Amino acid sequence: MPEYQIVVCGSVVPDPLQTLEPVSGPAGPALKNEMMLPAWLDPWAGHALYEAANLAAKNPGSKVWLVALGPKAKLQQSMMTLAQKVPFELVALDGSASGFTDAAETAAALAGAIQAIPGFDRSKLLVFGGWESASRGAGATMQIVGEILGITDQFQGVDGIEADGRLRILERIEGGRHQVSVCEAPPALLGWATGNLPEPRNNPQVGMANMRTIMPVLQKAKPAKIGAEGVTFHSVSLPKQSRDTKVVKDLPTEQIAAEIAGWITNK
Amino acid sequence: MTNVENPGIERPRMEADIVCVGFGPAAGGFLTTLSRAIMNEDGSAAIESPAAPGLPLQVLCYERADDLGFGVSGVVTRARGLRESFPDLGSEQIPMAAPVADEKILYLLDPVGASRRPALMRVADVAIRAAGGIFGVRDDSMELPWTPDFLDKHGGLVLSMGQFNQWVGQQVMGSGAAQIWPGSPVGEAIVEDGGVAGIRLVDQGVTKEGKPADGFLPGMEVRAALTVVADGPVGPIGRQLDRAFGIPEGHQAHDWALGMKFVVDLPESCELNPGTVLHTLGYPEPEIFGFFYVHPNRVASMGIFVPSWFDNPARTAYRYLQHWMLHPAIWRHVKGGRLRSWGAKTLQESGRRSEPRLVGNGYARIGEGSGSTNVLTNSGVDEAWTTGVMLAEGVLEILKNKQPFTAKNLDAAYVDRRRKSWVEKEGLVAGRARDGFQRGIIPGMIGMMVAGLTKGLVAMPGKPMPPHRRVPTLEEYYRGRITPEEIQAIRKESDASGTSVHAALMERAGWPAIPFDGELLVSHQDALLIGGKVQAPAGYADHVGFLYPSDCESCGSKICVGMCSGQAIYPGGDGRPAFDREKCVHCGACLWNCARGNPEDPGRGLIEFHAGAGGLHSAEN
Repeated sequence: MPEYQIVVCGSVVPDPLQTLEPVSGPAGPALKNEMMLPAWLDPWAGHALYEAANLAAKNPGSKVWLVALGPKAKLQQSMMTLAQKVPFELVALDGSASGFTDAAETAAALAGAIQAIPGFDRSKLLVFGGWESASRGAGATMQIVGEILGITDQFQGVDGIEADGRLRILERIEGGRHQVSVCEAPPALLGWATGNLPEPRNNPQVGMANMRTIMPVLQKAKPAKIGAEGVTFHSVSLPKQSRDTKVVKDLPTEQIAAEIAGWITNK
Repeated sequence: MTNVENPGIERPRMEADIVCVGFGPAAGGFLTTLSRAIMNEDGSAAIESPAAPGLPLQVLCYERADDLGFGVSGVVTRARGLRESFPDLGSEQIPMAAPVADEKILYLLDPVGASRRPALMRVADVAIRAAGGIFGVRDDSMELPWTPDFLDKHGGLVLSMGQFNQWVGQQVMGSGAAQIWPGSPVGEAIVEDGGVAGIRLVDQGVTKEGKPADGFLPGMEVRAALTVVADGPVGPIGRQLDRAFGIPEGHQAHDWALGMKFVVDLPESCELNPGTVLHTLGYPEPEIFGFFYVHPNRVASMGIFVPSWFDNPARTAYRYLQHWMLHPAIWRHVKGGRLRSWGAKTLQESGRRSEPRLVGNGYARIGEGSGSTNVLTNSGVDEAWTTGVMLAEGVLEILKNKQPFTAKNLDAAYVDRRRKSWVEKEGLVAGRARDGFQRGIIPGMIGMMVAGLTKGLVAMPGKPMPPHRRVPTLEEYYRGRITPEEIQAIRKESDASGTSVHAALMERAGWPAIPFDGELLVSHQDALLIGGKVQAPAGYADHVGFLYPSDCESCGSKICVGMCSGQAIYPGGDGRPAFDREKCVHCGACLWNCARGNPEDPGRGLIEFHAGAGGLHSAEN
């Protein structure tokens, strides 16, 4: 049975349920009240982490690390929820998670942290991450991480993996299909789409075990030099939202559907 | 019935030293004080764990909401207890905090003519309007010339409880001395040998009825020498202990209120400064009080309190909140603003008289559920925090003396501290302050003023009753305004459409329709989406249940439907109410808004309210 070192790259993002409003701050673009918004592990990275834990469980001797970059306080906040889900060891980097950062700088910080993991062994290395991000999906960070680490076998939009020495990977392609790729051995980099696993239950015992290592790591989290130095943001906006409220009673389903369709058409 | 179903199933088990139920201001005070003493600066154990020898004291706290500070409340506080814990506390340290700068009480006249004002109040209104210049009437409101000392919060802080709790939680967890686990509802206390031996978390991977389903994960037992119950005014563990051990003779928890609020981005035109505090009375109904707290950066918390002695059996707070906001004296500040967040919470308004057994073998109770809220000063956070601090001090004393957490030792170390504290002294002054409201709004206001000015020596008499014993039928409440036939027709229509009768009754009684603007005036369900972000993670049992559905069927008022803050309780189509967990904000109003007495426990209604996961996803409250 192969043993893998599975490193998941995942940052925290504002809870996607919140109303996000870009504003211009003294240090460039930011989200209004960013430090007051609840933080979560980026959902794309979350899928990657659950798949990593599942793969590690099927391959005894394997281990999962989560390399997370975000403001220390927000990392701490989100870890209390995440730590109950699956076993992992945290590598924490203290830096902005606003999304208004340069993908290359973020990737360099992540790759550096991966290389510094004690016992780092390229022959066992699987780097996981999200192929997108809920904060500002540049779609480039994971590829650059792979390039810096010299990993040439990269897969994006991954929905499944089977590992029996070789890696059989399901990758999304156009037309709603999957492409099956076979990779002989690690190292490999996988940018996950949604995968196929449900969100694990909150398990207090897993949480207790994780927190023994997470809290000391958070206390020693090193500042990561990331940002957008030299980058100018000409404009920042979110997709425009439009809301109309109408209270109706006893309206047939077909008529409701027609009204919604008409509303969309007129917008 | 508890929220831990499936008895007999083998459960995972864990040992700790102290387990805490709920993370609010009381648990914040407890854990802050405790965490400063149980570890040395170098990270070594100042107090060794009996449960895990060689390690520091093992302290765990379980919070049911999906994150710390979700779905709680805005507050103005004198912050005496908070400043004792944080002597250098400045408002700039906590997001959305501001020092109290200006405090006013506004009496709101009725600009629409639909408010049910007693005759004396109507006469007073006429006089006030007639002599408007003398009384400084503006925008159908009159500012009272002074704020009584007992209400005055000058020198205190305007806070967002969500942000404050997160700030405290970060510091406690950053110390490494305690772990606070969100998304972890506690199903029940383990009651053994006349005491409490720990807690059981709720089962996961179950059907809405609580039966094992895919991914079943039995709720873990956490055994601890001390269980600290801090689960708030409607906390299921506190209520379980009340049932198991009884409450002191003469104590009761009959008076409640629902606080519902908006967090609003104020318009550029608003001239109110951060730290401004407005209290309102008189409108939309005389029994409903309002609050308006201004945070920094043009943000305000604003809302109303709907008390249990307001006898409208279809009292939907959300609709009243909109009418309150549309009052000219409020609307002039918020017109053009935008709804940012929304929430609701039950308040225990019996205060000191609802105090349960504070300690027993293996357990202690702190916070609002322990009767700490002061109903005269309208203050609860500082009091709750201070009870937590006092318990921590007592616990440290017991640990230092290497004593067990028996009722006797906890009584000497904690209850004795509490009896000597300002929380106790002021709680006793407030004891009978609100009894007059049992007789009506005017005796209530007079009684409160007299009790406040005489330091509790004199109060208006009145006998608090459980809500179900005082709430009238719809026909009685609307007598002279809406005929029984019309009420029955509205009831039928509402049953058919699965909605509350409240809106139709209000409009029939003269309240104008709400002019929705999509920004600040939005439908109730839009508020859940825009402001509240209500969530219900899969795999948990329904936390609201109807104990005697056939009794519910014959209930004419269905106050549970009218009062439900998220419209999560609705007419089920068979004459019985039904529950939709995906809309529940966990305010707990259904627990005390029931028109029927429980045949097995006359102090209770027919609705069971457990700890459940999910609810509001907003820490801006």
